[in-house]
Amino acid sequence: MSKLAEHLPILQVVVPLLGALLCALLRRGTLAWALALAVSWIMPVIAILLLQRVLDGGAISYRLGGWAPPWGIEYRVDLLSAFVLVLVTVVGAAIMPFARRSVAHEIEGDKQAWFYTMYLLCLTGLLGITVTGDAFNIFVFLEISSLSTYVLIAMGKDRRALLAAYQYLIVGTIGATFYVIGVGLLYLVTGSLNIVDIAARLAPAAAETSRPVFAALAFLTVGVSLKLALFPLHVWLPGAYAHAPSVATAFLAGTATKVAVYVLLRLIFSIFGVAIAFDTLPVSEVLLTLSVAAMFIASILAVFETDVKRVLAYSSLGQIGYITLGIGLANVPGLTGGIVHLFNHALMKTALFMSLGAIVYRIGTIKLADLAGIGRQMPLTMAVFVVGGLALVGVPGTAGFVSKWYLAVGAFDRGWWPLVFLILVTSLIAVVYVGRVVEVAWFREPSGFAAGAKDPPLSMLLPMLALAAATIYFGIDTEASAAIARRVAEGLIGGLK
Amino acid sequence: MRYVNEFAQHYNYIVTIFLMVAGLYVVIARGNMIKKLIGLSIFQTSVYLLYIEPAKILGGTAPILDPAYKVYSNPLPHVLILTAIVVGVATLALGLALVVRIDEAYGTIEEDEIFEREGDA
Repeated sequence: MSKLAEHLPILQVVVPLLGALLCALLRRGTLAWALALAVSWIMPVIAILLLQRVLDGGAISYRLGGWAPPWGIEYRVDLLSAFVLVLVTVVGAAIMPFARRSVAHEIEGDKQAWFYTMYLLCLTGLLGITVTGDAFNIFVFLEISSLSTYVLIAMGKDRRALLAAYQYLIVGTIGATFYVIGVGLLYLVTGSLNIVDIAARLAPAAAETSRPVFAALAFLTVGVSLKLALFPLHVWLPGAYAHAPSVATAFLAGTATKVAVYVLLRLIFSIFGVAIAFDTLPVSEVLLTLSVAAMFIASILAVFETDVKRVLAYSSLGQIGYITLGIGLANVPGLTGGIVHLFNHALMKTALFMSLGAIVYRIGTIKLADLAGIGRQMPLTMAVFVVGGLALVGVPGTAGFVSKWYLAVGAFDRGWWPLVFLILVTSLIAVVYVGRVVEVAWFREPSGFAAGAKDPPLSMLLPMLALAAATIYFGIDTEASAAIARRVAEGLIGGLK
Repeated sequence: MRYVNEFAQHYNYIVTIFLMVAGLYVVIARGNMIKKLIGLSIFQTSVYLLYIEPAKILGGTAPILDPAYKVYSNPLPHVLILTAIVVGVATLALGLALVVRIDEAYGTIEEDEIFEREGDA
């Protein structure tokens, strides 16, 4: 067992990768699902073991193939990566029991095994990005996750899913290529690809005047921002979320953008460091401006959407704005807020998209007008939606409140009190778009599509309820997630100052 | 004379950046989905040059341990780009497959015509 424990980092990548291969060979939908479920339930165990080890003994360095870093590829698990690993694997584990019926309902029989193959490949890529300590390796995993994501989106029922997948392919590839250009420039300057090594070689004194380093930072930031759908680079996201199969949307909304945010954190804090990114270059100002724009514009767009999936997609853009706002604040409380929101938003958005998936499973539509009175027919499903919605607003007692509290404290610490006001106003806009759906679902007579609906089977209901319960739990027991996020934030800001 | 020298010394980078910008321009300016993918491919390929050029040393050989050779090219960028080429091929293949499906579903691969039909998308 102790021998195996040394290899935990690589298992995060190998297990889902082999699972994907087996899924492709099995070809039968239900068998493939069972395998994907098994893999998805093993992953969080490994991730939590890793987190435990990191909490106890500091960052873990794993030499791939026994080659010493910086020559070989190093897998490096520190507190931030362990935190994101837990987040991604838990979302995956929650979604898989839900997936069987939803996927069977939305995807043709012979394609179901491919769906699970792509899901596992996507999981491989996302976990690989998080676990690796090599800048070029991140690109490879980024493309593994991206390519499988394009396929997942294209599996949507509507022909517009193809269009959304194509658009995301173009934008995503541009983003990934920008990332490679940035890594290339960094390699030219430092001669290294290992993140720790690059950071050591980019000694602030020499780097401050180096134009290629600035260009690298610009390329990397823009490339990753395309992936995490930072406003105004978000155009691919609403279409992709709206037309992908329900399970894919729930999974991607909870994980893909979060992992991209993780890469941004790595770039700013672990590679370039606070001195270059915030003191020499105006990364903070740019991020703050764009984040506030995202919070406002995306939330307002969400108010005017009639497709509930699109409402949530636009709301995701706004919520990503809160996360990047935390990065832009660049102080410990602000960054804590950003990182804890990474976690909280993943929980609530996955729960919300799963509740929509359950509605699609029962009535086959997600247009706001068709949802009249659905709350009375599917009370538990819509209760999950309400809890998730309250968390989006940031009502005290839900996870969303914790993140916004830290963000507000971070803004106060900087003396930017108008920012606190803006956070409050955008939360009020969230009240409007969540309220619209809740009003239609609960306060109208059931009609048409909704009349015959009832709550979905337990296999779909339990995961949703668990996530909704977690949303409330992390809103009350603030120490559990926020304490780790705070340690992560202190490590990021203190480590390289 | 100075400028000619500068130009000659940076000629490979100028070509790389020209290809990069040209590819990106095609992706943005063209509405035909195949042409967009061609632009995307040119854009990706230009990055291969960005990596390979500095790695190649005039007269350098592959890094083989042999007393006859003293000058080696850096093998790492070549290996990295081999990976990037594979990624590029996979992306292009997937993109083309999607275009085939879009053509089957819509009967056209011109973006403006498709947007006209969908209204939003």
